[in-house]
Amino acid sequence: MISQLTSPRLLRSLLPAFSLTVILLAIFYLQPRAMSYFGLNLLLNLALPIAFATLAQMCVITVNDLDLGIGAFVGFVACVGVTWLNDQPLLGFLVLAASILAYGAMGALIHLRNLPSIVVTLGMSFVWLGLALLVLPTPGGKAPAIVTAVMKFKTPFVPMTIYASIAIALIVHVALKRSAYGAVLRGVGGNPQSVARASWSLVRAKITMYALAGFFGVMSGISLIGLTSAADANIALRYTLLSIAGVILGGGEFVGGRISPIGAVLGAITLTLAGSFLSFLRISPDWQIGAQGAILIIVLALRTVINRSEARKLA
Amino acid sequence: MTHSALMKLSEKPWLWAFIGATCVWIATIIFTGGQGAGEILSAALSFGTFSVIVGIGQMYVITLGPGNVDLSIPATMTFAGVVSMKIIDSQNSMILTGLLIALACGAAVGVFNYGLIRLLRIPPIIATLSSSFLVQSSAIAYGRGLKIKPPPLLADFSTTKILGVPLLAICVMPLAAFMGLVLHRTVYGKSVLAIGQNPRAAKLAGVRVDFIRFATYVLSAVLAGFCGYVLSGFSGGASLNMGAEYLLASIAVVVIGGTSVAGGYSNLPGLWGASLFMFLLVTMLNTFGLSAGVRLILTGAIIVGVIVLAGGRKN
Repeated sequence: MISQLTSPRLLRSLLPAFSLTVILLAIFYLQPRAMSYFGLNLLLNLALPIAFATLAQMCVITVNDLDLGIGAFVGFVACVGVTWLNDQPLLGFLVLAASILAYGAMGALIHLRNLPSIVVTLGMSFVWLGLALLVLPTPGGKAPAIVTAVMKFKTPFVPMTIYASIAIALIVHVALKRSAYGAVLRGVGGNPQSVARASWSLVRAKITMYALAGFFGVMSGISLIGLTSAADANIALRYTLLSIAGVILGGGEFVGGRISPIGAVLGAITLTLAGSFLSFLRISPDWQIGAQGAILIIVLALRTVINRSEARKLA
Repeated sequence: MTHSALMKLSEKPWLWAFIGATCVWIATIIFTGGQGAGEILSAALSFGTFSVIVGIGQMYVITLGPGNVDLSIPATMTFAGVVSMKIIDSQNSMILTGLLIALACGAAVGVFNYGLIRLLRIPPIIATLSSSFLVQSSAIAYGRGLKIKPPPLLADFSTTKILGVPLLAICVMPLAAFMGLVLHRTVYGKSVLAIGQNPRAAKLAGVRVDFIRFATYVLSAVLAGFCGYVLSGFSGGASLNMGAEYLLASIAVVVIGGTSVAGGYSNLPGLWGASLFMFLLVTMLNTFGLSAGVRLILTGAIIVGVIVLAGGRKN
């Protein structure tokens, strides 16, 4: 029983929840007033868009790639959201659907030409940024009323973000970790040769994951404008790095298709809270990004320790 | 005859970068009616030199094989620039000390990066990304956002042109040629190539894989430090976002220059062609008088297009 409780596998899967608990307790200790509906709402305000962006990144990481353009893409979606989606909803829908298809096509291109995903997605980030500037040359616009209403809806007991995060995490968990095709998709990251030999289409899997990433990117942009109600092209550029950090914090491995949707959402929330935590500690904003790097390194170091103890047990 | 010439051309993928640069340059001067042809080329050589400096380091890292890439280059450039400019404090007598400090900053980042990769077993992309957060924060905290003027002698050195050819480019050319020799003629260079082709075979053949990888990450960071130093001299001081554009640039010049993204095969002359191509491309789009949005879209699309054509390796 005790050996089960200290099994590296369990410890590893509990690490994201553990990091979140630590940072939440630290915040409550420093600022007890945060322990209220209003306080939580403020703290978690921007968690949902970041969680969606993190899930988008997770989809790409599942197939052993990395998306360095997701932040610019979310910015583009936000710009479309506050202009076309508000003025001509049908056109807005079509543009967003087309952008999801474009993401899928990017996955196909990366796979078929065997290109480095970092370069292609980084190049595409210029395209998204340029498109965003064309759609919305100066900051402004207006989010559709229904999006704002949904994002600012006051749910009973705890803020909406918490319900939404739980729901998304569970849905994606079931889809990727509990379904048959989900196993194939993760297998593409783990061992593409054997997936291909089992006569699954690798290119279809890549398109699926990239299109899913595009879908979550759209969700991230739309939920973001629901909170900010206006947008500009650069609104979400920092999401690229945040999303990668979120996936890794949440227990995702960088290669091998080992990912955890629940962990990714927890990781995104942890990172959202990290900013507030640092300002409660009166750490200068200069160190905000640095602290994210430090948190990432600490969590990865902990994971290495757990993995080593596992290796020792096996040996 | 033509057939064999074509065959030869396809064997030298880096020639495409020079051909592309020439085409873009010709398109630009046709548009301006021949005006400023020399000035454009001279400016391209000035700015291209900075991409070449960081490109050399990135090329060595990418040659180590899949998954090896240095994402901390922009942060390292900023850090080295900020620290050296602040210590030099615009005094000519401190130029050499400043250079050594910039190189030492780079070396420190490189050692830290490889420490994360080796000791904590963090994948290089994530390791260099998280360390770049810390390094960038250090630069922000240390520099306090003040732009300190470079010593006049350094500013002169980095902006002087001899018959239209930038002095800096003249100095970097032998460095680049030397690094090319190191790659193909020394035990170290051949070890880098061997690890990129097959790390297991290299290890069995007695290559000190750990040491070579360590040296390569340090080399990349030192070159980034050097680039940050001369770029600060060139642009009238170190600014906090001076490295930003070199994330894409350093990777793109390597790939466009004909280095294999799968590792084990690299090409140094191609770096020059690719750097000139990247700068001339932006100049061309500026000359055409396009809006910022269209310019960004075309830059991204052309970079992705070139990589699709030039960088795809066969399965």
